[in-house]
Amino acid sequence: MFRNQYDTDVTTWSPAGRLFQVEYAMEAVKQGSACVGLRSRTHAVLAAANKAASELSSHQRKVFRVADHAGVALAGLTADGRVLSRFLRSECINHAFVYDAPLPVSRLALRLADKAQVCTQRSWKRPYGVGLLVAGLDESGAHLYYNCPSGNYFEYQAFAIGSRSQAAKTFLERRFEGYNDYTPDQLIRDALSAIKETLQGEKLTSSNCTVAIVGRKDDGTVEPFESIDGKKIQEIIDSMEAAEEAPPPPAAAPAAGAGAAESSSMQEEDKGTDAVPMDI
Amino acid sequence: MAWQQPMDGSHASGSKVAAADGPGTQRTQYPYVTGTSVIALKYKDGVIMACDTGASYGSTLRYKSVERIKAVGKHSLIGASGEFSDFQEILRYLDELTLSDHMWDDGNSLGPKEVHSYLTRVMYNRRNKFDPLWNSLILGGVKKGPKGEEKYLGMVNMIGTHFEENHIATGFGNHLAIPILRAEWREDMTFEEAVKLVEKCLLVLLYRDRSSINKFQIAKITTEGATIYPPYSLKTNWGFAAFENPSKGAVGSW
Repeated sequence: MFRNQYDTDVTTWSPAGRLFQVEYAMEAVKQGSACVGLRSRTHAVLAAANKAASELSSHQRKVFRVADHAGVALAGLTADGRVLSRFLRSECINHAFVYDAPLPVSRLALRLADKAQVCTQRSWKRPYGVGLLVAGLDESGAHLYYNCPSGNYFEYQAFAIGSRSQAAKTFLERRFEGYNDYTPDQLIRDALSAIKETLQGEKLTSSNCTVAIVGRKDDGTVEPFESIDGKKIQEIIDSMEAAEEAPPPPAAAPAAGAGAAESSSMQEEDKGTDAVPMDI
Repeated sequence: MAWQQPMDGSHASGSKVAAADGPGTQRTQYPYVTGTSVIALKYKDGVIMACDTGASYGSTLRYKSVERIKAVGKHSLIGASGEFSDFQEILRYLDELTLSDHMWDDGNSLGPKEVHSYLTRVMYNRRNKFDPLWNSLILGGVKKGPKGEEKYLGMVNMIGTHFEENHIATGFGNHLAIPILRAEWREDMTFEEAVKLVEKCLLVLLYRDRSSINKFQIAKITTEGATIYPPYSLKTNWGFAAFENPSKGAVGSW
């Protein structure tokens, strides 16, 4: 993208019908370090590649718990992300106060998207420079949404955002069809593998990634959204590396195609196209 | 049971100060058209709720075909005693709620617990503004939770007091029906047993509550949905010796 005369204001359309400021905000997301999300019918996992400003500092926090049943991973301007996390938490708490029940994830994603849209239609505002993967659990199962600075949001079986996320997306595209039936453990492993793809040769350890999971066990009890302890992650990474002599477990064959054919939830089917859905 | 202002005017001044409409205005302080008791209990398949179809205007039994139990969404029933116009207002709020919930079409729906919690917030907030919705509400329902079907029965009143129980009553029902329910309610009653128990309570209320009329509606809510049965009457027995020739032993001067 190059500078042009229509990109100063978010409230100026280009002749081609584009809002450049919004698109520039989406570029900010691409500059952030990678995050991936994936889900089965009952569990959703978020993972992020940790980036530290220098060896002396701690890494940036990219995964936030929003409520017991939901959390986000973000990429882009993390300060914007922190503010949006606070908003999401507040929405969940207010809903729980009135209705004594968790806010369904689709409605949470909608509120976030509406908030982002406001910033694309006010001359005195700028779009939020952060993309959020919203993962959560509600009555209808586990969900994963991607919320974009443009105010668009989509539901996904699996997705990756941030720098070098294309490598992760390619990995996920090959395997997502079996995810509905994956166990939580398999989901975590695939999340780690996807993050590994974005590290481009750098060794994956528990200190350069964060993984969080939320889900419902078979007996109906809820496992609240929680980051997995570093030691446990290292154990999983070690066992993955040990198993690398043999090829990784093949993805389960799609059960009558029902899992992959769900109407509005499979955005991960742009195999081979360069345009990322959110660029529209 | 006309509610009267405290004689010392203490109540009136409080609400006059709090009213947002301007100096010297007052919000509703007492109810006009009121329904009497509602009773409800959990049984095997869900929740059963019953009340009479009357609405009084003070001591006059003014309206005789009033439906004081309504379905809410797919999973709940609401029954109300107290000011009938406030109940209609509550139904409007619930209509908005259930409509927008339905329009989401996302596999989530408001269960009885959520509706009860919402109503509790509404009632308590109105009370804090000295502008109550003058009702006692019973909210019952069944919803499939992650641990199977869960029956729910709760109540909330005009001051925001709320709780859940296996059997609930409002108004006079608290004094006349609850003792019967406490003695005879059991877990997992069949529908027929539950109706019999309910009718026993309704009959006592008919005899002893002067605001009740002999026309009742029973409603049930199960996983299949809500059913409100058409109104019917109970058989009463007035054939006591003491009721014949009531003036027989009376002392009169005219």
